Amino acid sequence: MVDRGTFRVKKGMAEMQKGGVIMDVTNPEQARIAESAGAVAVMALERVPADIRAVGGVARMADPEMILSIMEAVTIPVMAKCRIGHFAEAQVLEALAVDYIDESEVLTPADEKYHINKHQFTVPFVCGARDLGEALRRIGEGAAMIRTKGEPGTGNVVEAVRHLRVVMEQIRAVLNAPAEELMTLSKQFGAPYELILEVRKLGRLPVVNFAAGGIATPADAALMMLLGADGVFVGSGIFKSADPLKRAKAIVEATLHYDNPEVVARVSRGLGEAMPGIDMAVLTDADRMQIRGV
Amino acid sequence: MTTDDTPKIRPNSKDLNVEGNLQQDFSGLTIGVLALQGAVAEHVQCVERCGGRALAVRRGGLLADVDGLIIPGGESTTIGRLSNLFGFREEIRELAAAGKPVLGTCAGAILLARTVQGQDPIIPLMNITIVRNAFGRQRESFETDLTIPVLGMEPYCGVFIRAPLITGVGEGVDVLASFGEGIVFAREKNLLAVAFHPELTEDLRLHRYFMGMALEYRKSKVESQKSKVES
Repeated sequence: MVDRGTFRVKKGMAEMQKGGVIMDVTNPEQARIAESAGAVAVMALERVPADIRAVGGVARMADPEMILSIMEAVTIPVMAKCRIGHFAEAQVLEALAVDYIDESEVLTPADEKYHINKHQFTVPFVCGARDLGEALRRIGEGAAMIRTKGEPGTGNVVEAVRHLRVVMEQIRAVLNAPAEELMTLSKQFGAPYELILEVRKLGRLPVVNFAAGGIATPADAALMMLLGADGVFVGSGIFKSADPLKRAKAIVEATLHYDNPEVVARVSRGLGEAMPGIDMAVLTDADRMQIRGV
Repeated sequence: MTTDDTPKIRPNSKDLNVEGNLQQDFSGLTIGVLALQGAVAEHVQCVERCGGRALAVRRGGLLADVDGLIIPGGESTTIGRLSNLFGFREEIRELAAAGKPVLGTCAGAILLARTVQGQDPIIPLMNITIVRNAFGRQRESFETDLTIPVLGMEPYCGVFIRAPLITGVGEGVDVLASFGEGIVFAREKNLLAVAFHPELTEDLRLHRYFMGMALEYRKSKVESQKSKVES
């Protein structure tokens, strides 16, 4: 008997990515650059978040033609994004055999009330979260991997830090509370009670958690690892910079040796211009991708 | 923190009825876990649950003191690139040549293979031919019960994630488990190649088997030193 798509197999796939960097790519050439730089996976999308911001309008799942061309170009896993709640797009991505689906706030949500029932899929899902409750609700819906949201396409790490800090702080609250307070914590966080118990048993999130949304430099990546991320997503930060290959390699090394400042210092030298950043103060609520689908 | 729900790690009941060599005392052993990328923490936990000490190794120069080495699963492309980058190849080669056991799981098995279909080998130590992603993409990943005689009669749950398959073995290689047409667990002297993920289950038998090899290495070392002293 062979069991496909069990939660252990879905979650295990994310475990294999730990300590690694997942990079946004928009064509096969970028995918090959990411692979040769040591990325553990690529995220195939039509535009990086910075361009989605610039272009505006409705951002949808990428053209299957483009996703397939990226799948052919590399041997590392290929992830792709669908809109929040758009389970038909997710079915298309599963039919294309992408390795992981990101139900992502970077695209324009298709459903403002419900997320996809991810248990129904054989392909695993990653979802964004800004706090423990959001993370555990997504896991409750079947997500096998979490990424803290940050604010995509800004090159500004402040929101990524905020979200990871909040998740870690709330995990510590769960670990330190006496048993009789857990139900109230579950209510406060808006998190399924059973998963709160799971967090308490494991001392961490029940699935792998990567940091995302604003990581632009090797030191940004190291910071997120030091704060407790299992790995990082880099979206616009690589291919919006002056020297993508060099920067991609540097971020891979910094993620691996996050606790060795000498390595981070060495790889940070002479990388050229980073992507231009955006101050959070200039973003209106309508510009904030992180508040979509919570 | 209250004590009522503190997690306790108990020996798996499955461990009780296997051969004696899986139940040895591993408390004196230090097992290195190559910590470049991937399922490092899971292997560390398995080693510790077997009673040994685990050393996550991310820099060169730390492998001299270990009694055995685990190369975990992860992205084989990435791990191969990184082990090259950080000069681990030579160190791993020396460790294996000294007779210390090496366990490669999934991507780790690819690293050890002499022949990797479609690409250059990475640290060609084992006389095996391996095919990457032999079962297809992630949606084809699966778990299944395997028969592994060296681990006892109980079936062993093999978790296969974008798994490789050993398609051929050369002289001196024993096949310890197969699945369908392919080989999923092979041994050549002190080297083990495993296509699945023993670190993702609660069953510690495979780690115990490996640590038994490390113990044997230790004993043989002690004896050869003794005989040197006597002569």
